[in-house]
Amino acid sequence: MLSLPGIHCAGCISGVERALMATPGVRDARVNLTMKRAAVDADVEVTAEALTQVLERAGYEAHELDPGILATTENDRRGRDLLMRLAVAFFAMMNVMLLSVAVWSGAEGSTRDMMHWISAAIAIPAVIFCGRPFYVSAWSALRVRRLNMDVPITLAILLAVGTSLYETANSGHHAYFDAAIALCFFLLAGRYLDHRTRASARSAAQELAALEVPRALRISAKGEETVSVSELTVGDLVQVKPGGRIPVDGLVTEGQSEIDRALMTGESLPAYAGPGDAVSAGEVNLTGPLTVEVTAAGEDTALHRIADLVAVAEAGRNNYTSLADQAAKLYAPGVHILSVLAAIGWWLYTQDLRISLNIAAAVLIITCPCALGLAVPAVTTAASGKLFRRGLLIKDGTAMERLAEADTVVFDKTGTLTLGAPEPADLDTHSKQSLSIALGLAQASAHPLAEALTSALRKRGVRPARLEAVTERPGYGVEATWKGQTVRLGRASWVGAEAPDVTATFLQIGDAAPETISFTDSLRPGAEEAIAALKAQGKRLILISGDTKGAVSRFADTLGLDEVIAEALPAEKAAYVTDLTAQGAKVLMVGDGLNDTAALAAAHVSISPASALDAARSASDMVLLGRDLSPIADAVTTATQAKKRIHENFTLATIYNVLAVPFAIAGLATPLIAALAMSTSSLTVSLNALRLK
Amino acid sequence: MDVLGLLIPVSLFLGLVGLAAFFWMLKRGQFEDPEGDAHRILRDDYDDAPKG
Repeated sequence: MLSLPGIHCAGCISGVERALMATPGVRDARVNLTMKRAAVDADVEVTAEALTQVLERAGYEAHELDPGILATTENDRRGRDLLMRLAVAFFAMMNVMLLSVAVWSGAEGSTRDMMHWISAAIAIPAVIFCGRPFYVSAWSALRVRRLNMDVPITLAILLAVGTSLYETANSGHHAYFDAAIALCFFLLAGRYLDHRTRASARSAAQELAALEVPRALRISAKGEETVSVSELTVGDLVQVKPGGRIPVDGLVTEGQSEIDRALMTGESLPAYAGPGDAVSAGEVNLTGPLTVEVTAAGEDTALHRIADLVAVAEAGRNNYTSLADQAAKLYAPGVHILSVLAAIGWWLYTQDLRISLNIAAAVLIITCPCALGLAVPAVTTAASGKLFRRGLLIKDGTAMERLAEADTVVFDKTGTLTLGAPEPADLDTHSKQSLSIALGLAQASAHPLAEALTSALRKRGVRPARLEAVTERPGYGVEATWKGQTVRLGRASWVGAEAPDVTATFLQIGDAAPETISFTDSLRPGAEEAIAALKAQGKRLILISGDTKGAVSRFADTLGLDEVIAEALPAEKAAYVTDLTAQGAKVLMVGDGLNDTAALAAAHVSISPASALDAARSASDMVLLGRDLSPIADAVTTATQAKKRIHENFTLATIYNVLAVPFAIAGLATPLIAALAMSTSSLTVSLNALRLK
Repeated sequence: MDVLGLLIPVSLFLGLVGLAAFFWMLKRGQFEDPEGDAHRILRDDYDDAPKG
């Protein structure tokens, strides 16, 4: 299974499939454009890496997906099941409606009875089959002595079918078979929309998680072998290549390198690591290969402890009641009381059980929450579809409502507002000669600072100087000989310079004083726009970072952020967010690192970029799919609109009920009126949701 | 009115045929990739001969 984020047209489908099919060992390949994935059936010896390379050569970005994490079959089955019931309900509703039209337009006597009997023959099996999700949910709620939205739904369906059957048997005038099945149809439509939004968000989130296939290179007596991280035990030796993420907590036994702790701590400067130093899971090895002895694997790693913090914080957030639940809480008892009162009233007045039951059924049908069941899912589907096209993925059903309430935005710095990729800042102050030597040295290294320097210098048209005996000293820098002199590019202490508080590398030519090449972290595209837009919306903006004070405050000035907190530890970040919440603020947290994870989970609502660590993404409610930050401001606007639409929809649904209920209680509601009220209210609610586009 | 006796079964039968067709499509996974299928029809890979 491969992820293909870049494909978008018929040409891409053909290109990808042709490239894959041309690879020896591939039996079948099929692209799914909707999911942006390719499923490949191949011999065992064909590796996913080989296939991604084939595609990359053909010009398509491709990533391996872990099919174990994906496991979407379960979701699919539920969606398919709902769709099947929806189709049956639609079929039955149309046929019963057709027959009912004859009755409404004045069929009499035996013709009417026949129509009713045929309707019953279609509607009863259909209602039994289609309504199953409601009955199951209502029953499980009743068993724990609670009321949910499905209880009045089930009662209305059963009562409508029951009284209609009785009426038909006694050749009565009114039968509500069409209403019962239409109720099923509209509510199933709402359920299906709801399910689809959730399932597509969930599958995309799973896809993000599946991108990081957790593997490690274990060194054993037999040599090197690639194993899954879960198989590692304490005492194993693991090889970590430059550029790779460290899979476990451990001690370095061999090799020297620099490691990037930005995701764990938010520091933007790489740290040195040599034999005896401790490293933790989630850090990235930069320059030299390292051999790490495992001290903690799997559940015991620092990474997992942070994940535990997340679980605790998330449990707190689950207390949020969605708008739909609030409505259901008011609604379910209200409807029952109303219909019982109507039934009692009519029974006292007429002493006729048949009439009073008929009235009760009519009240339940008229008030039944077709529109309420559609009101929220229709809006969330429209809104999340809109945001998905802008590159924002909503993972949680209530995230949109919570986002609309946010009044304070807390940003992380490294990797969130910045790309986490450095850019050389003051190249103009150096001589041409130094720059060309620097390029010659930087080319030889895979260190991120060296790579950034190389690409920046190449862009300026600098030509590399001729160097001899270029060697990389892992953990220190690059060394070479230039015209008989030793030249070095690397750490401050190595070339004998004083370490400044900004990210920098040093160039030393011969015995001359070292030159400083300092770096700034480049701003994420869209960050300025997002901040300006959020400011215009009157939100309170706060920057919080684990980085040093100097780096953070300079950065905040360029963006115009006033409230800044630097050198914050992961627990402090979470505590700060909790404090803000305690003061009554609704916090939107935007962050990417492991050090943000607890804060992301503690916040009222949270967003992380796709480049964030797995744990951070799973802790947040929304994920930014692109590099651009500007969708955040849009998301807030859309969420506010969506919430407004949901409220409008509730109002609309209530108005319909208020208008129609007196008819029902007065005994004037005919099946025709019930059908009209139900359909119009459902339609208006759906159309109102579509206005969001 | 006698015609009703014929028409109602006929309409029900046609509806059931449609329903059965829908179930068949659902089972065969024809709704898995709506966007891809919309694009697939435009490419000319199998214009001359169907996929083997």
